[in-house]
Amino acid sequence: MTSRQLKEVVFVDGARTPFGKAGKGIYAETRADDLIVAVIRELIRRHPELPPERIDEVAIAASTQIGDQGLTIGRVAGLLSGLPKSVPGYAIDRMCAGGMTAVTSISGSIAFGAYDVAIAGGVEHMGRHPMGEAADPNPRFLSDKIVDMSALSMGMTAENLHDRYPGITKQRADLYALRSQEKVAKAYAEGKIQPDLVPVATRSAEHGWGLATRDEPPRPGTTLQDLAALKTPFRPHGRITAGNAAGLNDGATACILASAEAAGELGLPVKMKLVGYGFAGVDPEVMGVGPIPSTEKALKATGLSIEDVGLFELNEAFAVQVLAFLEHYGIADDDARVNAYGGAIALGHPLASSGVRLMTQLARQFGEHPEVRYGLTAMCVGFGQGGTVIWENPNFDRSTAVNAVNEVNAVRGGNK
Amino acid sequence: MTRQIAEPVFENEVVTRSLVRFLEIPGLAGEFALITLDNGQDHTRPSTFGPGGLRSLSAALDAIEARSPRIAAVGVTGKPFIFAVGADISGIGLVTDRAQALALGRQGHQVYRRITDLAVPTFAFINGAVMGGGLELALHCDYRTLSSAAAAIAFPECFLGLVPGWGGTQLLPNLIGGDQAVKVIVENALNQNRMLAPRQAAELGIVDELLDSADFLAESLRWAAKVINGSTPVVRPSVDRGDAWDDAVARGRAFADAKVNGAAPAAYRALDLIELAKSASFDQGVTAEDEALADLIMSDELRSSLYAFDLVNKRAKRPAGAPEASLARKVAKVGVVGAGLMAGQLALLVARRLEVPVVLTDLDQERLDQGVGYVHREVDQLLAKGRLSQDKANRLKSLVSGSLTKDAFADADFVIEAVFEEIKIKKSVFAELEQYLAPTAVLATNTSSLSISEMAADLQHPERVVGFHFFNPVAVMPLLEVVRGEQTDDATLATAFAVAKQLKKTAIGVKDSPSFIVNRLLGRFMGEVSRIVDDGTPIEVADASFAGVAPMPPFVLLSLVGPAIALHNSQTLHAAFGSRFYVSENLRRIVEAKKPGIYSWDGGKQHVDPDVQAFFEHGAAPALTNEQVRYQVLSALAEEARLMLDEGVVLQAQDIDLAMITGAGFSFFNGGITPLLDRTGVAEKVTGRRFLERGVASVAAG
Repeated sequence: MTSRQLKEVVFVDGARTPFGKAGKGIYAETRADDLIVAVIRELIRRHPELPPERIDEVAIAASTQIGDQGLTIGRVAGLLSGLPKSVPGYAIDRMCAGGMTAVTSISGSIAFGAYDVAIAGGVEHMGRHPMGEAADPNPRFLSDKIVDMSALSMGMTAENLHDRYPGITKQRADLYALRSQEKVAKAYAEGKIQPDLVPVATRSAEHGWGLATRDEPPRPGTTLQDLAALKTPFRPHGRITAGNAAGLNDGATACILASAEAAGELGLPVKMKLVGYGFAGVDPEVMGVGPIPSTEKALKATGLSIEDVGLFELNEAFAVQVLAFLEHYGIADDDARVNAYGGAIALGHPLASSGVRLMTQLARQFGEHPEVRYGLTAMCVGFGQGGTVIWENPNFDRSTAVNAVNEVNAVRGGNK
Repeated sequence: MTRQIAEPVFENEVVTRSLVRFLEIPGLAGEFALITLDNGQDHTRPSTFGPGGLRSLSAALDAIEARSPRIAAVGVTGKPFIFAVGADISGIGLVTDRAQALALGRQGHQVYRRITDLAVPTFAFINGAVMGGGLELALHCDYRTLSSAAAAIAFPECFLGLVPGWGGTQLLPNLIGGDQAVKVIVENALNQNRMLAPRQAAELGIVDELLDSADFLAESLRWAAKVINGSTPVVRPSVDRGDAWDDAVARGRAFADAKVNGAAPAAYRALDLIELAKSASFDQGVTAEDEALADLIMSDELRSSLYAFDLVNKRAKRPAGAPEASLARKVAKVGVVGAGLMAGQLALLVARRLEVPVVLTDLDQERLDQGVGYVHREVDQLLAKGRLSQDKANRLKSLVSGSLTKDAFADADFVIEAVFEEIKIKKSVFAELEQYLAPTAVLATNTSSLSISEMAADLQHPERVVGFHFFNPVAVMPLLEVVRGEQTDDATLATAFAVAKQLKKTAIGVKDSPSFIVNRLLGRFMGEVSRIVDDGTPIEVADASFAGVAPMPPFVLLSLVGPAIALHNSQTLHAAFGSRFYVSENLRRIVEAKKPGIYSWDGGKQHVDPDVQAFFEHGAAPALTNEQVRYQVLSALAEEARLMLDEGVVLQAQDIDLAMITGAGFSFFNGGITPLLDRTGVAEKVTGRRFLERGVASVAAG
């Protein structure tokens, strides 16, 4: 056997459907598989330089793999997208981090040399498939005290996280949530969200066909007073509300990953370079703390420190869970490096699809920030996990970086 | 005094609603008004336009026109898999005067015209099946996209006895030229309603852009935005307005003559309108379409055609008198006795449709090899034409085998005999088979005239015998007469109907009686014509008397059937019913002389074979005219059809008509045969009554 060499993995491009509200939202009569198909076809359309038969794999995540998210959703999506039948596909699940895990699994295979180019993504139609649909938890979870009852309710785990971080108050969480709404509104106004969206035809037997071109969940114009008035459904006088948490959503995301060699050969653009990743388990009843140990693992594996990271895309399942992460690393609640376009509290969190949205948004910010070398995407995962992926900016320019550092130091009075 | 005509109303109309939404589309300034056509049913009940549907479309256009600020463009699309399949023909039967008929045409024109008159660009996004009035709606739009998976694209009007009279005869030729318009509107329609594939429709220029089905609507809207902002120009080839247009109309008339011989008006009216479209204004064309539609809606030919359409689409699927389908036994292996041409055709059909093992038996290895070889060759031909995959061809070939002994039928569930048409032979074959078969295995006979009851009489299990009469060529002719013998039980009959359905045949239940339906009526028909000719009317005169009645002249049919079979049929019928059925001495001579028919072909021209002419004996009776020949023969048919109903050979006249359409190629515009007998007055004159109430296959009294 010849000696094996690892390959560098690059993020070529990502896209997503607009996210919808589960239940009576824009996708109420649209199938989940049609959502992921729309995204895959858009990626193929945007990259005519990529011959479809060169795609070596299609890995699609879904938390609930039944009905229109079943039947090996990665394979189904490839066939329905019109990819050659020779292109294989598989389904993947790590609940909220399904899409992220699709990316890391595919990346591992590319680095190993098994694939040149592949598609990774996720889909979740929470209207058709509520979280935990048809799940059958083993009674030993409780009898053997493996987890607390609250571990099965994400809202309760978020309340538990507030207990663990007493300094993170409801007011801080609401303020964070308000900024998420404001940042999304601003990013939309500046046209930063729209380029990654695929218009999706939406069926309605009552109203006729529509076209989804924008995310449905954002509530621009939300005020702190509005947020303060919301109910806390998980505890009397608790802290978690519909306003400082992501909603229940429908949506799909996907991206093209490739080895650096294959990207060069085919002329594929490189938006990000993969540096490394880590996943970690935590107590399921405080699952929101997961991104902290997973980030520790990723930093250790890559030899980087948190100071090396210039941009953060953190999934906002709950405001408290992002704030816990920031508090752990001594980052301010309103640090401009964090979720520059806003996050899931405003945009929505269709579970398995969210990971790739973080990456697509980070990639776009890399283009705007040549002074930034490293970016980090991280998310918490139901039942007690966290996941972190660290990326390098191919646009990184040392001279702009030096200038930027000087500017920051000047602003901070040269303290650091 | 002018009479006020109310807006048309169809009772029980399944209304196709026009649902409007005002959409924001990337790259387009202003709103895009998208109309979805949806009748609220799934794809098995396609959207159509009746008066209520047109009013809904009109209301949608009101909403669009009222929208402020003004919308940027308008699009029309359909519910999943269906755009719209045309006018709602179910209400036509209710129209009893010409003014109502005229109003129907006008209403369509008026509403569709509103789309053309919109001041903004208009688009049809044809997401699925599109026919007739649906296609005309699309043609009223400025631009069209089409899903590459759209199932049916056609103007079926001339096939039914109408014209595409909501603008189709004017818009289509002006879009794609007279030549192609004649092909689409007339030739395809008269060729058993041939549909266009999406790629063909795009190549003809009926649509501007073909898009994949996966994201058809989203991509159509993206394309529309680019057309509106000018980044995607839409270029269409110019239309040839020279002689090609006139030549095509002339060609279309010749084609119509060949198909209906002037007996059905629709195609000719369509051709007149296409001719008019070359030079007339759209307004002139519209007026002419209104008149044509009104005339055709008030014609008995159309009403008969709609009746026939209903028979082949509904009655054919639920055979009258068939027992409960759940009584049918599973058929997992089929036997065919005999290995001749008929047996080979049956084996091929069964293998293709049932996909179960089929065993042929014969006494002679050489014939057996020929029979199996025939099937294998046919499969290879299908493979070569790309109609089958290699895997499927392998599967079909492996399903068909031959055996010299009948023990190969031991585990067969259904055995069809196709041996020589002789009662003794058939009885002995069945008796032999019983030694090997399970008691529940069905014994089916492909006899065309012999008694099922007699064939079953001496068996241990006579209840398992059923008639299963195919028509030649087996792969092409839809009809299958399923004949119940005196002792045939319900399970056997249900199994026979179930197998017929799997074979995709039109099964009609028949009482055991000589020659069943089609051969009895054709026997009477041929016998009567032969009697007239033998008496003294020239062959050519007789043959020229049935244009628009029979699918071909009787003596041409004779050549196709074969004189020996025709003679045998006439003798069987004569033996059963006596002198009503004439046995022609001249036919006997033709058979004895081993002539293939009366005609021979010389340089492509048909003329009476001189040898036949030499021995043919005409009587001294004065020659009849065409009209007299036709009247005498139709009278005989009326008498026979009435007798068949009285004897209970079939349940209703509808079964006779369905049989004549699917087994003998009789025309839709005659409704098969009984509507013609009613329409010409022959039925009442000969039998004292009509076959069908007024309004069933004719215009009802107003």
